[in-house]
Amino acid sequence: MTMNTQGRPTSPVSAANQSVDTVSGSKGLLQAEGLIFEIGTQDTTGVDLPTPKNRTGRLGGVARKQPTGLPGLSEPQTVRHYMRLSQKNYAIDLGLFPLGSCTMKHNPRLNEKLARLPGFADIHPLQPQATVQGALELIDELATWLKTLTGMPAVAMSPKAGAHGEFCGMMAIRQALVARGEAEARKRVLVPASAHGTNPATAVQCGFIVDEIKANARGRVDMESLKAKLEKTDDIAGIMLTNPNTCGLFETDIKEIADLIHAAGGYFYCDGANFNAIVGRVRPGDLGVDAMHINLHKTFSTPHGGGGPGSGPTVLSDALAPYAPVPFVVKDEDGVFRLVEDMEGDAKESFGRMVAFHGQMGMFVRALTYMLSHGADGLKQASEDAVLNANYIQARLKSVMTPAFEGYCMHEALFSDAFTADGIETIDIAKSLIDEGYHPMTMYFPLVVHGAMLIEPTESESKAELDRFCDSLESIARRAAQGDETLKGAPYLAPMRRLDETQAARKPVLKWTQPDANSVAAE
Amino acid sequence: MTTYYTEDHEWITVEGDIATVGITKYAADQLGDVVFVEVPEAGASFGKGDDMAVVESVKAASDVYAPVAGEVTEGNGALADAPETVNEDPEGAGWFCKMKLSDSGELGSLMNVDAYKAFCDGL
Repeated sequence: MTMNTQGRPTSPVSAANQSVDTVSGSKGLLQAEGLIFEIGTQDTTGVDLPTPKNRTGRLGGVARKQPTGLPGLSEPQTVRHYMRLSQKNYAIDLGLFPLGSCTMKHNPRLNEKLARLPGFADIHPLQPQATVQGALELIDELATWLKTLTGMPAVAMSPKAGAHGEFCGMMAIRQALVARGEAEARKRVLVPASAHGTNPATAVQCGFIVDEIKANARGRVDMESLKAKLEKTDDIAGIMLTNPNTCGLFETDIKEIADLIHAAGGYFYCDGANFNAIVGRVRPGDLGVDAMHINLHKTFSTPHGGGGPGSGPTVLSDALAPYAPVPFVVKDEDGVFRLVEDMEGDAKESFGRMVAFHGQMGMFVRALTYMLSHGADGLKQASEDAVLNANYIQARLKSVMTPAFEGYCMHEALFSDAFTADGIETIDIAKSLIDEGYHPMTMYFPLVVHGAMLIEPTESESKAELDRFCDSLESIARRAAQGDETLKGAPYLAPMRRLDETQAARKPVLKWTQPDANSVAAE
Repeated sequence: MTTYYTEDHEWITVEGDIATVGITKYAADQLGDVVFVEVPEAGASFGKGDDMAVVESVKAASDVYAPVAGEVTEGNGALADAPETVNEDPEGAGWFCKMKLSDSGELGSLMNVDAYKAFCDGL
């Protein structure tokens, strides 16, 4: 079997820990809150209208015969319900968000201000193009920045998230192979063991076959493993590689990897999820990349993780540019911006259309605002500070935790669970961080490191905030090394105690159902 | 009755020309609580190393490979409703399928229990 060693305890250790101390179930000002179906009744409503007299239904035979079953709530009940739920959320606006590879950086308020300008916020994608020239120019301007920062000649702006951008890049590769008449012969895509899970999924979705390359002891692509995979070349479609990779390390052999894959007749897809570590320092175009998505919601500070939609523009090399998806913006000689929507003329070789309209316009405004407010030098400094912050965390914690690899890291610090005493796991450390007021780090990923803990502080955090976080994690790590069993009961202070993920997966309850009237009466 | 092991943590017990296949206790422990198992149906044929079954824990889905070539005569349907059996008794009631071997000579490339134990100790 494919051996995944990242299994972890997914059931609470002891049900005795689940007791609640207050009558209301609230913990101080952290109020207990039921489902909306549990707090609402059919008898209340926020809109109290008199029953109309002499009402004649006009719905014929299609009028609803049963009540909808939706709870009726008054306005204050509704407001409190969602306010209480929102207070259970953790957000980048509340504190450091150390999720590795997620790049939870501050979302500048200036971005929000500009995104709300009526000329951007109140337009419709089906408006005549002559009335939205400014918006089209903004897309074109952002595209120019993305091409400049990556050193790539073309960009597809419409992909709506990271994996969608991967899909765009891999579809462009497939279309290029179709044009070469080799789509049937070249099916194999090489993917390193440390890859984001979306990489192999994207390759398979595009009809390719995934072939895994091993990592070496330094956490990078094992060049011998790669060369062995390239002994046969006539079935190679390409490689998908993240750089910096998911171990938070720069792939130092990336240029040779690009040369090898090109010599084999394949294309180089670079997963740009971690581009935020190298903006202004390295241009992927100089490394031989053929396609790379850029997460505006990571690198360029637009909100994500429930705060907003992703956006994954995908830069393309000259070899792949003709196959870019429609629509895209071009500037005609008379200075008018025009949307190319049909697969003809400039777009006759396009692989097709991925989305209804132009992409995430609101995110485009925010990303360009971030770029223009920082300037080229500011973007470079943001990358450098992100790397500095991650290395500060690694340096502060390496005496109590076990760095997964030797040497400096890039934008995220990776630790294994080697320092923990028997019986204490990564999950116990992660849950204990919740009690300290932090969202846990990425855990048990990447798969190539046992009990992985991946921490990405981003450049947004001050040294004081990094120290506060490190103090908490250092204390937990010391207890983990000493075998402190109380860690296994964490979280103690969260709205919910440790959940039974095993039962949730084996017997999922996905829908609220009305409790049996008899059993309610009996209580 | 002899049991053989693969480096990918499958076990195969042979009686006559019928073999029973499952995953080892080492593998089940590493996966954590198993929440879903998909076993092959009778009549399916596999080459050595082909994807034969799927086992999922809360965080990880893994393919189970056919240790040797053969045709499935019975899948362990009980695992669908009781995936926890794989954790509780991986090398007994948690078996995945029974199969008729195509070439019993392929068993020679697998490990015996001592060799497998030494292999796991080295991981």
